[in-house]
Amino acid sequence: MNEQLEQLRAELNYDKTNKCVQCGYCLPACPTYLTMGKETHSPRGRINLVKMAGEGKIKDLSVLEEPLDLCLGCRACETVCPTGVEYGAILESARASITRRKAYSVPQKALRSLLFKKVFPSRKAMKLLGDAMWVYEKTGVQKLARKSGLMKKLPAHLGEFEAIVPPAVSPRERASLPRVTKAKGQRKYTVAFFVGCVMDAMFRKINQLSVQLLAEVGCDVIVIENQICCGALHAHAGEMDESKQLAKRNIEAFAAVDADFIVNNAGGCGAMLVEYDHLLADDAQWAERARAFAAKTRDISQVLALCGGIAGKEGPTERVTYQRSCHMTNVQKVTAEPVQLLAGLPNVELVEMAEANMCCGSAGIYNLVQYDASMEILDLKMQHVIDTGAVTIVTTNPGCLLQMKLGIEREHLGERVRAVHLVEYLAQRAGILDGNPSAQPKA
Amino acid sequence: MTEAQIAAIRAIVKTGRVLTEEYDRFSYAFDASFGTYLPDVVIQTKDVAELAELVKLANREKIPVYPRGQATSLSGGPLPVHGGMVIDLSVMDDLLEIDEEDLVAIVSPGVLTAAIHKAAEEKGLMYPPDPSSSHVSTIGGNLAENSGGPRGLKYGVTKDYVIGLEVITPQGEIIRTGGRTVKNVTGYDLTKLIVGSEGTLGIITKAILRLIPKPPASETVMAIFDDLVDAGRAISRILTSGILPSKMELMDQASMVAVENYQPSGLPKDAEALILIELDGHPMAVRDEAEQVSRVCREIGAREVRVPQTAKEKEDMWKARKLVSPAIVRVKPTKISEDATVPRSKIPEMCRRLQAIKEKYGIHLVVFGHVGDGNLHPNIIADKSDREEMQRVEKAVAEIFEAAVELGGTLSGEHGIGLMKAPFMEMELGAAGLDMMKRIKQAWDPHNIMNPGKIFPEPGQKLVLSE
Ligand SMILES: Cc1cc2nc3c(=O)[nH]c(=O)nc-3n(C[C@H](O)[C@H](O)[C@H](O)COP(=O)(O)OP(=O)(O)OC[C@H]3O[C@@H](n4cnc5c(N)ncnc54)[C@H](O)[C@@H]3O)c2cc1C
Ligand code: SF4
Ligand code: SF4
Repeated sequence: MNEQLEQLRAELNYDKTNKCVQCGYCLPACPTYLTMGKETHSPRGRINLVKMAGEGKIKDLSVLEEPLDLCLGCRACETVCPTGVEYGAILESARASITRRKAYSVPQKALRSLLFKKVFPSRKAMKLLGDAMWVYEKTGVQKLARKSGLMKKLPAHLGEFEAIVPPAVSPRERASLPRVTKAKGQRKYTVAFFVGCVMDAMFRKINQLSVQLLAEVGCDVIVIENQICCGALHAHAGEMDESKQLAKRNIEAFAAVDADFIVNNAGGCGAMLVEYDHLLADDAQWAERARAFAAKTRDISQVLALCGGIAGKEGPTERVTYQRSCHMTNVQKVTAEPVQLLAGLPNVELVEMAEANMCCGSAGIYNLVQYDASMEILDLKMQHVIDTGAVTIVTTNPGCLLQMKLGIEREHLGERVRAVHLVEYLAQRAGILDGNPSAQPKA
Repeated sequence: MTEAQIAAIRAIVKTGRVLTEEYDRFSYAFDASFGTYLPDVVIQTKDVAELAELVKLANREKIPVYPRGQATSLSGGPLPVHGGMVIDLSVMDDLLEIDEEDLVAIVSPGVLTAAIHKAAEEKGLMYPPDPSSSHVSTIGGNLAENSGGPRGLKYGVTKDYVIGLEVITPQGEIIRTGGRTVKNVTGYDLTKLIVGSEGTLGIITKAILRLIPKPPASETVMAIFDDLVDAGRAISRILTSGILPSKMELMDQASMVAVENYQPSGLPKDAEALILIELDGHPMAVRDEAEQVSRVCREIGAREVRVPQTAKEKEDMWKARKLVSPAIVRVKPTKISEDATVPRSKIPEMCRRLQAIKEKYGIHLVVFGHVGDGNLHPNIIADKSDREEMQRVEKAVAEIFEAAVELGGTLSGEHGIGLMKAPFMEMELGAAGLDMMKRIKQAWDPHNIMNPGKIFPEPGQKLVLSE
């Protein structure tokens, strides 16, 4: 074998593709196989393409690009695979190989670099984004824009997304996440809270409520200042070096506090955090620290459940369905706790939707860059939601939350159905939060 | 294939897709066995008339046609070994009708077998054939391979439940065989000829399947033996005692060890064999039969007999059996799953021979399977990238087939011949027997366009597992 091929094999994680016995058990679990209906968009097909590249049968790596771009990265295939193929690792390394070899156009390069190197890693930039959104909303520019029909003309269907972005929080409110929040009553645990970049910019309210709920069940909550974006978006886009940098900075930052758990409230970020040990496994200096970090990472639902759950007040009877986040289910393997928390609330009738484990099509920025494919998956999902007759869809990930809101808009269900984050819902049922947490500003 | 031929295909396929991109062709170049063979074009359409036109074109231009379900074949069935067209029939999944009065299901070929199970069960009925791949494999693939499964012992295999077919012949004609009646003796039984013909005689576009009432209850018995031969004796004794279990599965020591190392399930690592028996029927009858089976096993010297008391316990026992396949590939990545089948009385002898082959070639061999009907699954665990090991494996596989045939058995109990076992056909059928089959193929498909390269060995063809 020539050197070049050998190197490519190592880069592509070729050895891991060899574990696939091509049984096809993953086909029925894959949303893109279900909606696109060809092997090219199945897990088995994608693994085979990477394998063919590793064997030199596919010479031009750009052949892999479209099939891999259309993958949601939901990793449902991993959960069902009987032989334990590490699809996520294969996907990530293949994407990195492609990115490395790819000649981006100058503006593309500039945009990628701006987004991945400047915006997501910078809390300041994300804060600015949040502020800008608030100004935009409050000054009436939003109303004007909506009225003018300008939104419909935006590229990449941004107009549709604009309608579902949550009400922004004022800069003053945004700055108010305290460094330490004391547990109510007796302290059970000390937790360090991971705020997340998108979560913090767009869903600050949910972060505030998360801290409140954690304190409510008996946790001292610490929010450290120098934490940073988890790096998930970078990893998924093939920017591995950047995501490793971010991981190290987070590990460093959280090592400064002595907490029992590092808690997050966003399924996608959590999945990245619990896999920091995989990410840095080959880095002798960091592997051990990464393992310790990953071992301490918990989704908020796990900690709330561990502390006995949230005591809800007797509210009106309501039918609720829970849209599982793929990254919670397939990577973090947190499936029982959110259900347990919801089922523990009085007068909440929890109805599971069909194909509950199927991805909603949000998947990072998939719904932006693969709009049509994403909407087909969403439409399938919404049918299952409608069949439950639920009036509230509970999610545990900002991406899923936005996608569900978009689904509600698409199906014109806005009058009847709402989507909320688990934290918002628990807070509302516990009387910590008044009114409808996800009320949309009326257009 | 030429540009003009592709253009002609595009002109025919108006409702579906014609795929020619490199990534698509590679995605239809494999199945669950070995080797990569690139098709020139992949076609997806639900329209039977379009398919018939395509076959006419292929017959005229002598283009190979490869029908494909979901490519779970373990014998190389859908591999496009001579290029040409792959027809992806998994998209034809619209028709699934259960007729309770006639006790039949009418299905299109892309319907998943598990979907038929579910639809039948909703009406209190049962479609018995249950390959382990049922939630991924298509009924078209099952029909073409004449698939079996653990329930084969009591209920038979796919062919026992097909009463009618709609087929596109290699000349592109649409014909119907059999019908909706269980009894049908009009002329040659083409239905049974096509079932198990592995896509070499035509494309199945519709099927009428026989259903039976679903048994109301089932019981499970697990018996553990220190001696494999005792387990074999227990199997024979049960089968001659007037009880017909619905399933009877064997796991050897290596399988048990693999499962325990992978996901501890409470199996003994030091016993030589375990048999798992399921009885179905009337609730009182199955309870009584479970007691009888337990007694027989104890008399023969089982070291332990377990009868699950709850649904959960029962499920766990069967789960342990299902874990064998995933457990053994943790040892080494490549799994060669054979399905050599012998008469039931020869099971202990076959087990002994397998043991000898394992030692002779120094390979990792695990035996489990549907032992009640003699359908053993000797599985060899190897590493495809180790050329030397794969050559030893090739020799061992050949010897396994020889042993099965010598004992009065067959090359394949359920996975089909396809590409992998074609070189051994003459050994089982004899020259005249194989020639008779070839003449049938010749009469149906004079231009040899339908799944060429399968079943019949090409001159000098050998089993090749290493690339
Ligand atoms: C993990 C695993 C477990 C399995 N367990 C079992 C088992 O218990 N029992 C068993 O019998 N098999 C088993 N198999 C083998 C396999 O699943 C069966 O052979 C199955 O019937 C193949 O169905 P498919 O839809 O995948 O067809 P494919 O693999 O796509 O095709 C199989 C053959 O059928 C032909 N074909 C497909 N559709 C049509 C059609 N409409 N018309 C004409 N020809 C057609 C193809 O040309 C090919 O020759 C197993 C396989 C795996 C991977
Ligand atoms: S389930 Fe696993 S082994 Fe089977 S085809 Fe999918 S990835 Fe490969
Ligand atoms: S990650 Fe999700 S979309 Fe991608 S191959 Fe796996 S199941 Fe399909």
